[in-house]
Amino acid sequence: MNGGGFGKDLYAFFDLRVLQGVRMGLPGYANQIRTIDELLAKDRQREKDGFPRKIRVGRMIKPGRGGKDKVVVVPTASEEKLIHDPDFSDQEEEQAGGGAGDGEPGEVIGEEPVRQSDRGSGAGPGQGEGDQHELESSAYDLGRILTEQFELPNLKDKGKKRSLTRYTYDLTDRHRGFGQVLDKKATLRKIIETNIHLGNLPDVNAIDPADFLISPKDMVYRILSREMDYDAQAMVFFVRDYSGSMAGKTTELVVAQHVLIYSWLLYQYANQVETRFILHDTTAKEVPDFYTYYNSKVAGGTQVAAAYKMVNDIVEKESLAKDYNIYVFHGTDGDDWDTEGREAIPQLKTMLRHANRVGITIAQHSPGGNTEVERYIRKSGLLEQSPELIRLDVVDDDADESRLIEGIRNMIS
Amino acid sequence: MELIDQHTKKIMEGCKERAWDAGLRFETETLEYVVTNRDLLELSPKVMIPTLYDYWVHDVEVLKGKGKYELYPGNPYETVINTRPAISFYNDNNPDWLNVMIFYHVLAHIDFFQNNLYFRHTRDYDFTGEALSDKRVIAKLRSEHGRWVDYVIEFSRGIDNLVGFFRELDRLFPVPTVQQPPRLDYYFDVFLQSIKKVRSSAYIKEIERYNQCLSDDSELGEAHFFAEVDRRHPEFKALYAKHKEQKRRPPVDLMQFLLDNSPFLNREENKWMQTVVEIVRKTSLFFQPQIRTKIMNEGWASYWHEVLFFKDDRINGHEVDFARVNAGVTAMPRVGLNPYALGMRMFYFIEESAEKGRWTWDYQRLGDTGDRKRFDRRDGHGRDYIFAVRENMGDFTFINQFVNQDFINRHKLFVAGRRLNEAKMVWEYYVKSRKAADYRRMLLDNLYHPPAITLTTDSTEQHGTLQLIHRFEGKPLLKDFIANTLMGIEFLWGGAVSLETHEVVPRPVRSDRPPRSGTAVAAKTEPEPPRWQKVIYTMRDRELKREIVQTLD
Repeated sequence: MNGGGFGKDLYAFFDLRVLQGVRMGLPGYANQIRTIDELLAKDRQREKDGFPRKIRVGRMIKPGRGGKDKVVVVPTASEEKLIHDPDFSDQEEEQAGGGAGDGEPGEVIGEEPVRQSDRGSGAGPGQGEGDQHELESSAYDLGRILTEQFELPNLKDKGKKRSLTRYTYDLTDRHRGFGQVLDKKATLRKIIETNIHLGNLPDVNAIDPADFLISPKDMVYRILSREMDYDAQAMVFFVRDYSGSMAGKTTELVVAQHVLIYSWLLYQYANQVETRFILHDTTAKEVPDFYTYYNSKVAGGTQVAAAYKMVNDIVEKESLAKDYNIYVFHGTDGDDWDTEGREAIPQLKTMLRHANRVGITIAQHSPGGNTEVERYIRKSGLLEQSPELIRLDVVDDDADESRLIEGIRNMIS
Repeated sequence: MELIDQHTKKIMEGCKERAWDAGLRFETETLEYVVTNRDLLELSPKVMIPTLYDYWVHDVEVLKGKGKYELYPGNPYETVINTRPAISFYNDNNPDWLNVMIFYHVLAHIDFFQNNLYFRHTRDYDFTGEALSDKRVIAKLRSEHGRWVDYVIEFSRGIDNLVGFFRELDRLFPVPTVQQPPRLDYYFDVFLQSIKKVRSSAYIKEIERYNQCLSDDSELGEAHFFAEVDRRHPEFKALYAKHKEQKRRPPVDLMQFLLDNSPFLNREENKWMQTVVEIVRKTSLFFQPQIRTKIMNEGWASYWHEVLFFKDDRINGHEVDFARVNAGVTAMPRVGLNPYALGMRMFYFIEESAEKGRWTWDYQRLGDTGDRKRFDRRDGHGRDYIFAVRENMGDFTFINQFVNQDFINRHKLFVAGRRLNEAKMVWEYYVKSRKAADYRRMLLDNLYHPPAITLTTDSTEQHGTLQLIHRFEGKPLLKDFIANTLMGIEFLWGGAVSLETHEVVPRPVRSDRPPRSGTAVAAKTEPEPPRWQKVIYTMRDRELKREIVQTLD
């Protein structure tokens, strides 16, 4: 995380935890959400007063394996000061912390997987060591915040394939008095409630159920009911260059932006979004979840066309175009061995035939660097021909979150 | 928050007596509170000071991670705070024996607060009391000026790591410096040598002439001497006056400078802002010694809780429980730094070495390992020695002075390195160095170290632009934070602000395409050392401009 001393640094130790094992409690989930709203209101006022916004909706932790749409939303504000860059190191090799024990100089004393699977380890602030400080929230909430507070546009046309509804029947509704299955837990709760009202429960530490009165109305049943079942309406392809040149900041940016887009779409489509994740270097592969998507890394070269082709193949093979709004978001550092885009452009054109929107983010390594991908896409004229279908966003690799959100606005408006 | 019960308080009082007997010195009154998780939630953003002023950022999950400890020179969950009386916080379900251990730890901290000279400026008042009145002032200002109070707090906090902590200490320990009449010093030390650059023969001649004048007439000799000087160098008087003027103006920290000189803050309608800036500055100064003595403070407390616990007759039967908890606190991690463990071992080591008289030239000059091992002058006074260390040192001097090869060897310490093994996709941790110098360097690099930023006052007055200069120490500033910080300073200054700093020249874009000609992949080349360039940021009307001035080779 920082140049000197990995893991915990000197100042991360404090008496209450070390001596007394005190773990910090969490503020209530609901509280936190309310705070976000208040804080964001404050932030808008800031802007009116002529100062840049300060609150960020948490640079989010990437979803872990399993919990697919879990994103950690932490409203954060950094207090900016002039400090030395903690990530700076003038040595290529990481200077490390201290150690104690046996071992000859040069000897390897331990290994640690680069990406740990159980921690939703992610990039950027909000990570820290205080896992317990973080508030888990679903991507849906983040999408709501993005839409409402950062004024990302609502989707105007949600597509014609909207109401592919069918019904299922399920024992989900509760009913008092009669029904198919007795809900014991709910019934007990009800009985106790009734008896509290009746004054039959003078001492909570010595409850005598024999004295309880049970009203017929106290029986709670599950009852069969008709449920609406929606089909997913949007299919989002997240495509990412994971070649060697993408290491570090560019990957962080691209993935952070993809999390934001993902959340926003989840909200827009009321959770009915399906996602596919595709990684490419010179060849493309599909990966099952966001976790792998974020964490994979190779040292290979770059061929954008392979990824585009894969998207097109999937769409065609599964005839997705018929039933879904298709979104493709591609993040890259703009490097492509296919310098002229000879293969990429035709694939892109095919893609534009079925996609609702293709958004390409180029996180370039140096400002003003006219990257290959940018060059051939601009040259192809696609941006002018079909501005409603394809958007290009070029960011420097030191962009901050508000710049990313701005980029999303460009790509989806 | 509730006070601890009478039974526990009695244990505490017992600990105090034993600590006193062992030589620790602290005020007798202390306050102990039981805290719940809910209390901690409220306390932690206020760095455990219950009466600290309210500020909305306290309510946010403040950004963790990046530069956290550089930004907040106070620990959010300290058990004991440096107030009068000292206040400490406890879980309500600690067993008695554990409380004994914690109480000793706490008492050693209090001893440290009240005796270490870095804390000198915090001794004359009770911070909680002062913070409470500050909190009320801020609440009152907020009712008058609304959110603008928060902007001022924000912008002041933006520069509160640049407070002149050492200058503040300097003020408390004035060093008598001037023995000679200053005019004489100036004439011989500066004027003749730096300005006139006279030859040594001429210089000696002047000294002779001065001595001659004095022996001729001890009363008026000096006056005669300078009468001649004035005749020979008519410019001397003016130069000396100017020099005196420069000397007189003490260097000030940025916050103090703004308070004194900002035209904006000194406007009648903005006077209230000064109060806010003052409060933020004072609060920062209060926390400064804490972070600058972390290793020492925790080491000192761990040393004493261990020493005193074993002597305590009240804890019979809990030695094993203690050993477990204590090991968890003070074991040296295989990789990583633990200030408790490191500091405690250093105090033991320093004490033992002093006991044997090893902090002497006699020992230091010994080259033979065997001789060194056997060396024991039986000086005694080890305890006195560490008491002096705890009084006079801070983390930097402590490490710089006492981390030596003996210490490294004794505890088998090393600098650990980490490198990526791409084939296995694992981080490999390895022993990088067992040299004391490297270990010391690594420790020092890990210490809290805000950038040194000076301001040039002369040109400031002329141009109206406040010029800040970041002293180059081979470390760049965190770029993301520059814009907003400068904007805050611009607000408080009421005019343009510039910052001169050094940044690394960006390396050419990395490319991972295969080499066009030939098949051999270029051997992994040695990484070049970074090249630096001088950069000036200027913030004017809330617009930031960046300008590269010069590239260093």
